[in-house]
Amino acid sequence: MNLKLKDIVPQLITVIAVVLIFGFFTYNAQINMENRGIDFGYGFLSQESSFDVQFSLIEYDGSHSYFRAYLVGLLNTILVSVIGIIIATILGVIVGVARLSPNYLINKFAAFYVEFFRNIPLLLQIFFWYFAALRALPLPQDAEAIFGVFFLTIKGLYVPAFIWQNFSIFFYSLVAAVIAIIVIRIHAKKVQENQGKQIPVFFISLGLIFILPLLSFLIGGVKLSFEVPVLKQLATTSFIYEGGVSLPPELIALTLSLSLYTATFIAECVRAGIQGVGKGQKEAAASIGLTPNQVLKLVIMPQALRIIIPPTTNQYLNLTKNSSLAAAIAYPDLVLVFAGTALMQTGKAIEIVSITMFTYLTLSISISILMNWYNKRIAIQEK
Amino acid sequence: MFKYLKQLTSLVAMVAVLFTFTTESMAAKKSKTLKNTQKKGFVRCGVSQGLPGFSNADAAGNWTGVDVDVCRAVAAAVLGDANKVKFTPLSAKERFTALTSGEIDILSRNTTWTLSRDADIGLTFVGVNFYDGQGFMVRKSSGITSTGQFKDGISACTNIGTTTELNMRDFFNSKGIKYEPVAFEKADEVVAAYDAGRCDTYTTDKSGLAAQRTKMKNPDEHIVLPETISKEPLGPVVRQGDSVWEDIVRWSLNTMIEAEEYGITSANADMMKTSDNPAIKRLVGAEGELGAAFGLDNDWSLRIIKQVGNYGESYKRNIADTGILPDRGPNQLWTKGGILYVPPAR
Repeated sequence: MNLKLKDIVPQLITVIAVVLIFGFFTYNAQINMENRGIDFGYGFLSQESSFDVQFSLIEYDGSHSYFRAYLVGLLNTILVSVIGIIIATILGVIVGVARLSPNYLINKFAAFYVEFFRNIPLLLQIFFWYFAALRALPLPQDAEAIFGVFFLTIKGLYVPAFIWQNFSIFFYSLVAAVIAIIVIRIHAKKVQENQGKQIPVFFISLGLIFILPLLSFLIGGVKLSFEVPVLKQLATTSFIYEGGVSLPPELIALTLSLSLYTATFIAECVRAGIQGVGKGQKEAAASIGLTPNQVLKLVIMPQALRIIIPPTTNQYLNLTKNSSLAAAIAYPDLVLVFAGTALMQTGKAIEIVSITMFTYLTLSISISILMNWYNKRIAIQEK
Repeated sequence: MFKYLKQLTSLVAMVAVLFTFTTESMAAKKSKTLKNTQKKGFVRCGVSQGLPGFSNADAAGNWTGVDVDVCRAVAAAVLGDANKVKFTPLSAKERFTALTSGEIDILSRNTTWTLSRDADIGLTFVGVNFYDGQGFMVRKSSGITSTGQFKDGISACTNIGTTTELNMRDFFNSKGIKYEPVAFEKADEVVAAYDAGRCDTYTTDKSGLAAQRTKMKNPDEHIVLPETISKEPLGPVVRQGDSVWEDIVRWSLNTMIEAEEYGITSANADMMKTSDNPAIKRLVGAEGELGAAFGLDNDWSLRIIKQVGNYGESYKRNIADTGILPDRGPNQLWTKGGILYVPPAR
């Protein structure tokens, strides 16, 4: 009995203290806001926002609500995070493997890259890529066409827009190809387990993913044409490209700096993972007759991934949160649009900051859950 | 014996405390901000992160500008020394939170007086120290001389968290022009991006355009278009709920403007004490007891004029002589064709 009380009392006191502290701050905030005539409430979310945003994935202008503006910011944050994570992962794996290369030049170059980019504050890198690169890019009227259709200018990267006919048929052909590949993979695994025969799954898959969509063009009536951006004059020295799709330089600069920065950390995770697998594993695998490719794919990587995934999850989270630095270079992410403009126009500081914090929390936790699930899947299955 | 002595001292102390309470003015008791300011010994003033002519710090950290002078005037009135100001540079986004949370006591940061700001978010505007309007800056080489020449696809650089974003939308919408807003958090980045050629036009308050133009690589390459698309009365702001402090800030600003009207300058203020005009005598503290209402002494307004100068002096020193806006435009006294008109100090 005595022992139990000793265990419970400190915890109870802690809980009460925490509740009291939070209660005190909430109460204090309420009193202060009341004294200064500040209302609290989320009703503003349905009001008309009356400000425009430069770049949006969904239809939006100032006549939409603040909630819509929130979605615009959120989607832009997700967009830059997803692109950033993909590029950072690819680059990180390449550089991480390169650091272990016996080739002196590749090895040292990768090491230099890692040490250089991870040791400069991210905000400075964002400024560098935005302002230095911005000044280095040509004005629209001076831009040279890349392959005749891409234009990289100070006002953004202009790419041709796809104009589809019967897009749904093309889409279904892609889905069919993916399903076929999965079926073949399962079948190939069975064949190998039962008869020891290997089916060249990779080449079959490659063929399928090309041939099926190609058929949709030939017999499915799918047509694809391109709308190439054309130069338009606004004033004597002021030009712009019209038509096609334009990617704002803010998005490019932000994605570039986030990926280059985060890739250095991922590269180190990858290197640690590969080096963390015992040398004996490789030698043992080679001695039973596996090819170098199989050694990497079947023996080294499954073990290395267990070391790589948890710290890489951290890097994904960092990248997502770091994307909030976008506000510095006018990329309309959640912080700029919602915790910036919307906050200023409504004055609802507590409401908007709390929504923004909760949103980042949700984003981060979603990434964590996804990565933990993957981590569990590749973990050692104890039998 | 020792015991009684101790009791006696505490009695004396109590009487002393009572006495100080009774001498403390009613106003000071009512105004928490005034009391805190006098206790701290400096006025806490929120300014911009660097806008020449309005609030700008030099290399040595000395702040100058017409917005800065409002805070200096309050310091001269309340503390007797115009230099007893602690300046806090704030971004457009931070400014109101800094004021409502009590980090600063005056926000004097080229802030537009609007209904929603005044009514909604716990702020009170005390007056206007600069009548402004939103305009556009373009490169001279573009050949654009009027906003009528703007075409679909134009990109406009600006700040977030200002009325500018809203006016810009209203303007382009009413003209039916599709535009690309590029909004930055800080003014320096807006200027850098526009200067680099990211945007075709840079839009903000015209005074801001004139001031930022001086920061460009080559100021002569840019012009401010003649059109004004909005009303932007800029003025100091205080927290809601301290009407004495609000009055002190309002009348510190009014004193500067009225001093100019009566020709009182920092140089001749002392001599004006013997003036025949009772209005002038009131303003320099030689007649009436105007300071008492705020809980200040009678020389409060004289100190403002002597240490900071009148509005005209402040404008000339900060805006005209620096080449930002040599022409006072609407910011001229009502007696000289402008719209500066303040209630009488009496």
